[in-house]
Amino acid sequence: MKLKKRIPVIDQGDKFGFWGGKFGGNFVPETLKKPIEDLESQFNKLKNDKKFIYERDKYFKNWIGVPTRFIKLNNLTTYIGGAQIWSKVVSDANGGAHKIYNATVHCLLAKRSGKKVIIGDTGAGYAGKMLSMAAKKFGLKCKIFMGAKDIERQQPNVRAMKKNGADVIPVYSGSQTLVDAVSECMRYWVANCDTTAMCVGSTVGPAIFVRICGWSTSQISRELKRQLLDEFGAIPKKLKLYNCVGGGSSSFGFWNEFMDYDKKQVEFIGVEAGGPSKSKKHAAPLTYGSKIGILHGAAQYVNQNSDGQIEETESISAGLDYPGISPLHCFLKDAKRARYTAASDEEALKAYQIVTKYENLRPSLEPSHAFSVAIKEAKKLSKDTIVVINSCGDAYKDKKILEKKLGKKYDKSN
Amino acid sequence: MTNPINLAFKKAKEEKRPALVTYTVAGDSSKKQSLEILKSISNYADILELGVPHNTPVADGGQIQTSAYRAIKNGIKMNDIFKIARDFKKIKNSKPIIFMGYYNMIYQYGENKFIKNCKTSGVNGLIVVDLPWPENKFFSKKCKKNSINFIQLLSPTTSKKRLKSITKDSHDMIYYISMLSTTGGKLKVSPKRILNNYYKIKKISPKKNCVIGFGITEKTISSFKKADGLVVGSQICKEITRSLNNRQNPVINVSKMVNKLKKKIS
Repeated sequence: MKLKKRIPVIDQGDKFGFWGGKFGGNFVPETLKKPIEDLESQFNKLKNDKKFIYERDKYFKNWIGVPTRFIKLNNLTTYIGGAQIWSKVVSDANGGAHKIYNATVHCLLAKRSGKKVIIGDTGAGYAGKMLSMAAKKFGLKCKIFMGAKDIERQQPNVRAMKKNGADVIPVYSGSQTLVDAVSECMRYWVANCDTTAMCVGSTVGPAIFVRICGWSTSQISRELKRQLLDEFGAIPKKLKLYNCVGGGSSSFGFWNEFMDYDKKQVEFIGVEAGGPSKSKKHAAPLTYGSKIGILHGAAQYVNQNSDGQIEETESISAGLDYPGISPLHCFLKDAKRARYTAASDEEALKAYQIVTKYENLRPSLEPSHAFSVAIKEAKKLSKDTIVVINSCGDAYKDKKILEKKLGKKYDKSN
Repeated sequence: MTNPINLAFKKAKEEKRPALVTYTVAGDSSKKQSLEILKSISNYADILELGVPHNTPVADGGQIQTSAYRAIKNGIKMNDIFKIARDFKKIKNSKPIIFMGYYNMIYQYGENKFIKNCKTSGVNGLIVVDLPWPENKFFSKKCKKNSINFIQLLSPTTSKKRLKSITKDSHDMIYYISMLSTTGGKLKVSPKRILNNYYKIKKISPKKNCVIGFGITEKTISSFKKADGLVVGSQICKEITRSLNNRQNPVINVSKMVNKLKKKIS
């Protein structure tokens, strides 16, 4: 399996939407064939349309507030005593996470196609929060599907969605987490696709949703490339980009512009959620060698039993708590462009404590997974190695979990 | 030899009524009970769809989800489902049986092994909800080679051009989804409009037996008497749930319901 150079990875799928001949595709009910085809032709036209790009960039700049910061973590670098540690603070974006890019693009597309309602799934609540913000901005009605367990553990984001006027629909089926939210959202779309647009919250789902999301979050690496050039005058000789991977939207966006570089120069490290260290359950299909299966319309590595029933996952971070993984990451793994590993709940918590102790930065539990691995590896790396971690979410939404686990009050200011 | 599915339609036509197609989930609420239900309702139904339960069904509403989760919780496995089909086929008045499910179950089992086991277990047809045309071309050909009917689905969103291509590639039976809905939704379109779409399909493909499904219940079934066949699923699953909740025997209650459905279209 090989990546092509100079062609965006989102456009490297075949005519059936398979990357590397086997990941992705469109395993959908007949009813969704037409709305998916409509969305495909709309997106294929608009992604090269200057006016549309101008419009997107205008909202990205004036509303999302790009570019987000690229900062050196001096104290952490000194404490660890190895590679230089930097962070791309994507949580600076309006709303506090990378989910805003995809949400904005989907609302722009929905507006253009004359849809009045947009629906979406959410795990950590960021995808839902951002979609509710964008829907409000663009005058669309919004419904968010969210697992009942996630509603319980991510209250700040639930409150934000409701404040933005979205209906938050609790999903009680299965494990009551992201996987069930995505299923329920797709079911709602099956029944209402004539009037309603769907936004899948990550680089998962039928191929077109993978492509739109990847195209949207690639804003992150476009900025980073410029920021690296400004800072170092050239792309560093040894650059390592660490990112957490749940569905895989932030990591794909963080890496996209660097695909054509040799991996010896620009290495991608994806960190999955290993779950509690004492539990067998995890959300790390790439790290622990899960088999290929079909989930939410796409072929991918996915946690499942021998019959093909999707297995329950477990992770402290709702945003990574998903049994599958983007077809794009399956492709990057098998093409050996990216390396994947996992961090446990405990390791992520410890990393969160270290980062917040030394730096004025509060990564949510999702990027704390990436920090954990980056901190461990950076120790052994030379001083001229540039390690960049995407801090793609703010920890405020994890307030309740952090207070419980760390036994002290969450203080937003320090 | 004529396909048993075609024979069932032929027999219903001779009786001037649509064929009654029922849907129950394999292993709901147990392996034994789902076989008992099949045996009992086959006294009235013409074709039996047996749902292969899956835990991330993207096209099923609450009733069928409840049945599927119950079956999975009670330990149903793919091999048990084949055994239910095999055991059912041993009885005297056995009817055609169609498996309906999601592609991952087939993919994990292995396409060839799955088809082979369908054949040896007496499964006559397959409906794969999330393997649409043209992605299903290769698999449906394999089914045909093994005398298994691959049943193509059509929906109100299917364009005319697509309709022509799909019916051309279909086998003896096709399935029209009456409205934009998951299974178990209330009929939100008038029967007249549904039948108009149905006649459009019949005009393009007069020889294929076309069934209508989604939203067909005791209340609505008599409005569709002109169709080749009608599928009732969610209402049966709901009746199983209701019976279990009331500590009644689902086998008896479901049979009564299917008997009533049959009378309404006879």
